[in-house]
Amino acid sequence: MADIRAGRLDAAVIAENFGDMLPAFSANEARVAAERCLFCHDAPCVTACPTSIDIPLFIRQIAAANPIGAARTILDSNIMGAMCARVCPTENLCEGVCVREVSEGKAIEIGRLQRHATDAAFTAGRQFYKAGPPTGRHVAVVGAGPAGLACAHKLATLGHTVTVFEARDKAGGLNEFGIAAYKATNDVAQHEVEYILAVGNITIEYRKRLGRNITLAGLKRDHDAVFLGMGLGDTNDLGLGVEPEGVLDAVTYITALRQAPDKAALPVGRRVVVIGGGMTAIDIATQTKKLGADEVTIVYRRGKDQMSASPYEQDVAQTHGVTIRHWMRPVEVVAIGGNLSAVKLEYTGLDGGKLVGTGETVTLPCDQLFKAIGQSFVTADLADAGGQIAMSDGRIAVDAERRTSLAGIWAGGDCVAGGQDLTVTAVEDGKRAALSIDRVLRGAAVAAAE
Amino acid sequence: MADLRVTFAGIRAPNPFWLASAPPTDKEYNVVRAFKAGWGGVVWKTLGEDGPPIVNVSGPRYGAIHASDRRVIGFNNIELITDRPLQTNLEEIKRVKKEWPDRAMVVSLMVPCDEESWKTILKRVEWTECDGIELNFGCPHGMSERGMGAAVGQVPEYVEMVTRWCKQHTRMPVIVKLTPNVSSVIPPARAAKKGGADAVSLTNTVNSMMGVDLDAMSPWPHVGGKGTHGGMCGPVVKPIALNMVAEIARNAETAGLPLSGIGGIETWKDAAEYLALGCGTVQVCTAAMVYGFRIVAEMKAGLADWMDAKGYRTIDDFRGMAAPKVTDWQHLNLDYVVKARIDQDLCISCGRCHVACEDTSHQAITNLVNGVRRFEVIEEECVGCNLCAVVCPVENCITMVEKAEGYVDPRTGIVVGGHRTWMEHPNNPMAKDPKPARMADPAE
Repeated sequence: MADIRAGRLDAAVIAENFGDMLPAFSANEARVAAERCLFCHDAPCVTACPTSIDIPLFIRQIAAANPIGAARTILDSNIMGAMCARVCPTENLCEGVCVREVSEGKAIEIGRLQRHATDAAFTAGRQFYKAGPPTGRHVAVVGAGPAGLACAHKLATLGHTVTVFEARDKAGGLNEFGIAAYKATNDVAQHEVEYILAVGNITIEYRKRLGRNITLAGLKRDHDAVFLGMGLGDTNDLGLGVEPEGVLDAVTYITALRQAPDKAALPVGRRVVVIGGGMTAIDIATQTKKLGADEVTIVYRRGKDQMSASPYEQDVAQTHGVTIRHWMRPVEVVAIGGNLSAVKLEYTGLDGGKLVGTGETVTLPCDQLFKAIGQSFVTADLADAGGQIAMSDGRIAVDAERRTSLAGIWAGGDCVAGGQDLTVTAVEDGKRAALSIDRVLRGAAVAAAE
Repeated sequence: MADLRVTFAGIRAPNPFWLASAPPTDKEYNVVRAFKAGWGGVVWKTLGEDGPPIVNVSGPRYGAIHASDRRVIGFNNIELITDRPLQTNLEEIKRVKKEWPDRAMVVSLMVPCDEESWKTILKRVEWTECDGIELNFGCPHGMSERGMGAAVGQVPEYVEMVTRWCKQHTRMPVIVKLTPNVSSVIPPARAAKKGGADAVSLTNTVNSMMGVDLDAMSPWPHVGGKGTHGGMCGPVVKPIALNMVAEIARNAETAGLPLSGIGGIETWKDAAEYLALGCGTVQVCTAAMVYGFRIVAEMKAGLADWMDAKGYRTIDDFRGMAAPKVTDWQHLNLDYVVKARIDQDLCISCGRCHVACEDTSHQAITNLVNGVRRFEVIEEECVGCNLCAVVCPVENCITMVEKAEGYVDPRTGIVVGGHRTWMEHPNNPMAKDPKPARMADPAE
């Protein structure tokens, strides 16, 4: 009988487990950290930031006792600076190229400093932005995730009216539903959404899903421009046939976990296996461990270096007691009486660069198995576009301005091809698209006036 | 092993590290702790004349300038001379000197500017059997408004007069402590020498305001909403004091006057610099106030280790060696050429050298080479100013390389090897015998 139950740990222990993994800096810690910054010329950290935040400037502002001014510097480039401070894989971005990382192996703690600044602005209730002078133009944004909200915010500050269509009944996208809970404590994702919406001229219509109760053709007809930022609607499947009870989708579970008022009420297996090598795999593994799972094993079909989860994230999982096993793939889920009892894994290897099974297998008993092998775009959502939107690698193709192949339609975030599936890149997509939309709408206004 | 013993103005001490007249030398308790820690001597905090005790503010007396990590690099105070009864101080001085006979015990004094006042206090101080006295002619706040301290030190005639009274009325060596709050330190130093001073010590604190409190809209720190200027010390004043020491050491009228160096000494190296300019002892206050007395262990060991490495047996072996190298600008060799060199193995690519050079006017450091982030010196533009080396966060990554004889400076075309000062430069209309530059042969 599969051992899956709620309340494996005391509620108090679970609450502590889901506290801030990396606590906020005190003012003194922030000053000490900030004073290490060299204020580099043409700083590599800025180049590495997808949203090009002027990092040396905001750190200098913190060092000069102006954390709220620092927040303005951050938010001017990245309106989701508060969440990005918590979820960016900084070791692969700004901190990875920090000259103090390169020279001493100890980067400036840019992410934590960014959090210090944005927290200061939020705590003080400082709103830096307001809606621009009305242009009379109306833009539809699909999806209230990082890409959609960043786009909507920029458009509103430029004077356009924005309606955001969100499939769920809450805004925030993966920041709200997908990121590990211990990275976004104290409801920070919702505070950020509120901050963005406070600019005005943005309306969100909830429970509106493209292809279900709204259509692209309709949006185009009723608005001057459309931005698509609906993310990835589907998760990939193991392809092992009928799944018994106990095989779960990691994204769905994390969504439930993020929204659960009492995390101790979430049922979790005694022995958990996670299939995948990305951030979602790390997040589900670490969080099931925090919920009290006894043994948690991540199984990844390739090696450590091929995992898309950063080395830092892998360390997080391992220091929480998660075992990561490489070069293995599931070939069979074993069930007893319709309930999962084990997973049969095959060792893998490379044959001329191609991943192949070696034929050797091992069976790992487990009560719960999470699929975390990526998400995919639901192309059916784009039906009724009034034409064919060009796709690339199964996602929407866009140019540097985030224009799709159809005039009047822009796209960004995880639903477009070539991205890194990060909050920060989604924000940049939304920002760039908004500027492009603004140029087009203003050009049209000029043309109309002539 | 290096011998750190010194004899200064006839006063013997086991090492040149003395505590300056200041809060750490205000009473027996502290001075005994200092001697236990290994200080070679102290200048007891300034005594005034007998009478009602001095009254200090009960608000903040000290302010500071901080560098990264809150390191105190500048410090100031508005504290007055000792606020303890004269007799108490005298008894403690006598007792400590008796218990610590090998350490230098100098007593700082400040009384009104009349002969009788000085005569009176000198007799009472002699009773302590201390080794000498230091005349506080430098304190810039509180006492100067009452005609003492800097008010005396800024008037050479008073310096000479009071020094002479002291020499007349005591057998003790007299050290005159000079104020930096003058346009030139030479007149008061000369006056001290004329008055018969056995030595001068310098400098006292620099007139200063540490900041402005932008909430209170008053000086920072302030006493009940109002603030006043104080005396600044600490690492930021070391360059001021070093220059004044050098001025006295190389001036024909004051050269040879024993000097006790004071100002921003935190490590053995700071002390060695004062000694190299000719000082016979150094006095420390701020570093002891910030870090405690045990810093002297580093100072003594560091100085001895450096002397051993250099082969100096006694302090006199190197004392004053740098003084003859101090000169005036017009005597510098204008044909001497250095160019910056960036050690690419040490470079961390922060780009600070580039932007400093770019924005400061020489544009002599690249930021991209063949499209790649790289910082290299453009010798055609480099004037050898040292700015890049100063701003570089990595020690010894950027060095100023002396160009050998025969090097043709691509910036000026001048061949290195000549020696022309401004006195001989053709651009100087006052040059008596101008020498042309040695230029590269254009045919080459």
